Amino acid sequence: MSHATTDTMRQYWELEPHHHPEGASTSLGFWVYLMSDCLMFAVLFAVYGVLGTSFAAGPGPKDLFDLELVAVNTAMLLLSSITFGFAMLAMGKGDQRGTLRWLAVTLFFGLCFLAIELYEFHHLIHIGAGPQRSGFLSAFFTLVGTHGLHVTFGSIWLVTLMVQITRTGLIPANQRRMVCLSMFWHFLDVIWIGVFTFVYLLGMI
Amino acid sequence: MATFSNETTFLLGRLNWDAIPKEPIVWATFVVVALGGIALLAALTKYRLWGWLWREWFTSVDHKKIGIMYIVLALVMFLRGFADAVMMRLQQVWAFGGSEGYLNAHHYDQIFTAHGVIMIFFVAMPFITGLMNYIVPLQIGARDVSFPFLNNFSFWMTVGGAVITMASLFLGEFAQTGWLAFPPLSGIGYSPWVGVDYYIWGLQVAGVGTTLSGINLLVTILKMRAPGMTMMRMPVFTWTSFCANILIVASFPVLTMTLILLTLDRYVGTNFFTNDLGGNPMMYINLIWIWGHPEVYILILPLFGVFSEVTSTFSGKRLFGYSSMVYATVCITVLSYLVWLHHFFTMGSGASVNSFFGITTMIISIPTGAKLFNWLFTMYRGRIRYELPMMWTIAFMLTFVIGGMTGVLLAVPPADFVLHNSLFLIAHFHNVIIGGVLFGLFAAINFWWPKTFGFKLDVFWGKVSFWFWVVGFWVAFMPLYILGLMGVTRRLRVFDDPDLRIWFAIAAFGAVLIACGIAAMFVQFGVSILRRNRPDYRDVSGDPWDGRTLEWATSSPPPAYNFAFSPISHGLDSWWEMKQQGAVRPTGGYMPIHMPKNTGAGVILAALAMVCGMALVWYVWWLAALSFLGIIAVSIAHTFNYDRDYYIPVSDIEATEDARTRQLAQGV
Repeated sequence: MSHATTDTMRQYWELEPHHHPEGASTSLGFWVYLMSDCLMFAVLFAVYGVLGTSFAAGPGPKDLFDLELVAVNTAMLLLSSITFGFAMLAMGKGDQRGTLRWLAVTLFFGLCFLAIELYEFHHLIHIGAGPQRSGFLSAFFTLVGTHGLHVTFGSIWLVTLMVQITRTGLIPANQRRMVCLSMFWHFLDVIWIGVFTFVYLLGMI
Repeated sequence: MATFSNETTFLLGRLNWDAIPKEPIVWATFVVVALGGIALLAALTKYRLWGWLWREWFTSVDHKKIGIMYIVLALVMFLRGFADAVMMRLQQVWAFGGSEGYLNAHHYDQIFTAHGVIMIFFVAMPFITGLMNYIVPLQIGARDVSFPFLNNFSFWMTVGGAVITMASLFLGEFAQTGWLAFPPLSGIGYSPWVGVDYYIWGLQVAGVGTTLSGINLLVTILKMRAPGMTMMRMPVFTWTSFCANILIVASFPVLTMTLILLTLDRYVGTNFFTNDLGGNPMMYINLIWIWGHPEVYILILPLFGVFSEVTSTFSGKRLFGYSSMVYATVCITVLSYLVWLHHFFTMGSGASVNSFFGITTMIISIPTGAKLFNWLFTMYRGRIRYELPMMWTIAFMLTFVIGGMTGVLLAVPPADFVLHNSLFLIAHFHNVIIGGVLFGLFAAINFWWPKTFGFKLDVFWGKVSFWFWVVGFWVAFMPLYILGLMGVTRRLRVFDDPDLRIWFAIAAFGAVLIACGIAAMFVQFGVSILRRNRPDYRDVSGDPWDGRTLEWATSSPPPAYNFAFSPISHGLDSWWEMKQQGAVRPTGGYMPIHMPKNTGAGVILAALAMVCGMALVWYVWWLAALSFLGIIAVSIAHTFNYDRDYYIPVSDIEATEDARTRQLAQGV
C-alpha cells in the first residue's frame, strides 16, 4: 500500500483520526422539535384568540373558571419543574439514586396536575359546558387538553427513563435523554404559563 | 353517487359492502392495479428478493438509499396524479352540448381533489425530500444525516400516508372538497362519509414524516458540515435546502394542528369551523394558508438551488453573486410567511389588509428576480454546455418568468377579485409548479443520476422527453389562461357555452404531449439502464460533468460511508478548488468508520400508524386504540435498544477504495 501523503492531500482531506462526540446533534434536534411543537400551541393560542369570545349564548370564563383551583394546579406544575431541576443537579453529581428520587417526585407533581385538570374537565362537562357547547369551549378544551396530553406523554416518558436509568445507570445515552426530557418538561411549564395568563387570568378580568 | 351508511358495527366500524365502489371505471382500474400488484409480488417472491429488499432497502438508514426510495415513491405517485389530470382533461372536453361527460359529479370531485393532494403531498414533497436526502449530506462532506433512524421512519410515514390516500380509490371514496378541504364543505354536515377522513389521516400520517425529516435535515446542515465549511461556503443547493427545511419545521405544525381541529369538528363535534355555535370557517382558510404559502416555497426553493448548481457547472464558472443568492433565498423564506392572505383577497378583509398582502406578495418577486439575473450573469461569457440539465434550466427560466408575472398580476387585489378561483389561477400555479418545481426535478434527475447509479442517462430519449414536456406544458396550460380571462372558474364538470370547447380541446392535446414526455422519460431510464456498462454511459470518474461541489469528490455511486476521509473546505466550490490545486486523493491510512445500524423499527411504526389511520377513517375504534397502543409500545421498546451503531472495518474500506483507485486509473 503506497502511502504518499502530500501537503495538498493533508490540506484537503482530514487524515488524522478525530472524535465525533456521539449524539452531538441530539439536543439541537430536540430543541428544534420543541419549537415546532411550540408552533402547534401557537395555532391553538391564535384559535383561542379568535374564538375566545364566541360563547354562542353559553357560559363564559367568569361562569366556569375557578381561579383557586387553577392556582393550585399551576403550583403543581411549577413545582414539578423545580424538582426536575433537582433531578438534573443530582445527575450532574453522578448520583443515580438521587436522580431517580427527584424524578419520582416530579412524576408525582405531574400526576397531581393531570388529576386536577381531569377533575376540572369532568366538572365542566358535567354542568353542560363541554367542548361541543360553543366555539369558546372548543378552543378552551383543545388548548388546555393538548397541554395535558403533552404532560401525559411526558409522564410516560419519565417512567420509561426511570426504568432505563435503573437498568443501565447514568450512561451518556441516558444523560442525553434526561436533557431532552427536562427541556420538554420545562417547555410545558412555559406553555402553561401562557395558558394560565391568557386563558384563565385574562378571562377573569 | 355512491350510497353509504354511517351505521357502525363493533368489528368493522362503518365498513360494509357499500364501501366497494360500483363504477366500472374504478373496477377496471382496480383490476389493472391488482394484476400489476400480484405480478410484482410474484416476481419479488420468485426471484427471492424480499430478504434483500428488507435488509438492503426497507430497513436501511443510509441517507442515499432513503433518498432513492423517496424518489421512487414520488414517481409512482406521479403516475397516479397524472392519470387524474388526464381524466379531468378528457371530462372537460367531453362534457359539452348537453353531454354529462363520462364522470359523474361524485367521481369527478374526488379526482380533482386527489390530483391536487397527490401531486403536492405525495409527488412534489417526497421528490424534493428524496433529493435533499441524497445530495445534502454529500455536498457538506458528511457520512449521513444527524438522525439516520428518524430518516428511515420519516420515509415510511410518508409511504403510510400515500397508502391511506391510495386505499380510498378502492375502498369508500376520497374527499370531494378540493385539495385544501375548506369547511364547512369538509365538515361532517356536508361531507358525512369517509372521503374527508381519508384526506385527513393520509396527510397526518405523512405530515409526521415530513416534519421529522425537516428537523433532521436542518440539524444535519447545522451540525454535520465538513471541517472548514462555514455557512457562507455551503453550496447553494444546501443553502436553499436549509431554508426549505426551516420552512418545513416552521409551517407543517400549523397544517397538523389545523387538520387536528378539523378532525375534532368531524369526530367530536367541536365548533372550530362550523357555521353555528360560534365556529369560524374563515379561520380554517387563514390557518391552512399560513401553512400553504410557505409550502409553495418549500417546493421551489430547493429547485432554485438545483438551477444554481446546474448553471454554474455547465457554464464552467463560479455562480454569479453567491452571497446575493443566499440573501435572496433568506428573504424569500421570511417573506413567504407574510403573504398568505393573497389566496383569499375575496374574503373581504378590507382595502388596507388586502393592499398589505398584495404589496408583500409583489415584493417577493424582487429577490426572485435577483436570482434570475444571477443565473443569467453566470451564463454570460461562460462556456455553456447544453447538456440535459442545462436544457431543463433554460426551459425553466423562460417558463417560470411567465408564471411569475401572472403571479404578480394576481397579487393585485382588484385583478384578483376578477380572476379568483378561475382557470387563470390554475394556469398560473401550474406554470410555476411545472415550470419551476418539475422542470427543476428533471434537471436534478439528469444532473445527479450518474452520481447515484454510476452511469449517465440517455441523451436522445432525454431530449425527446424534454421537447414533449416543454411544448406539452405550453399547449396544455396557455388555453387555461385564456379561459380564465374569459371567466371560466375552476373545478367545473360540464359546460354550456360551445365556444369554450376548442380551448379545452387544445389543453387536452397538450396533456397528450405531456403523456408522451412522461413515457419518453421512462424509456430514457430503461434505455440507460440497459446500456449502463457502455463506456459512453459509464461514469468511472465520479465527476462526469466537471462538477464544483463535494458530492463529485467521491465515487459514483458513493460508498456507504460517502468519504473515506472527511474533505476539508477552504472556500466556495470546494471540489473545484481541490481539482485546481491538484489535491491527491488519499489511498491509504484508513481508519474504521463509525456508522449507524439498520433497523426495522421505522417500518413497523409506520405500518402501525397506517393501520391506525385506516381504523380511524372507518370508525373501527378497537383497532385504532390497539394500533395506537402498539405505536407507543414499539416506540418505548425501541428506546431500550442502545446498540445502534457499528464500525466499518479498515479492510472493507480498503477493498472499496482500492477498487475505486483501479477504476480511476482505468478512466484515465
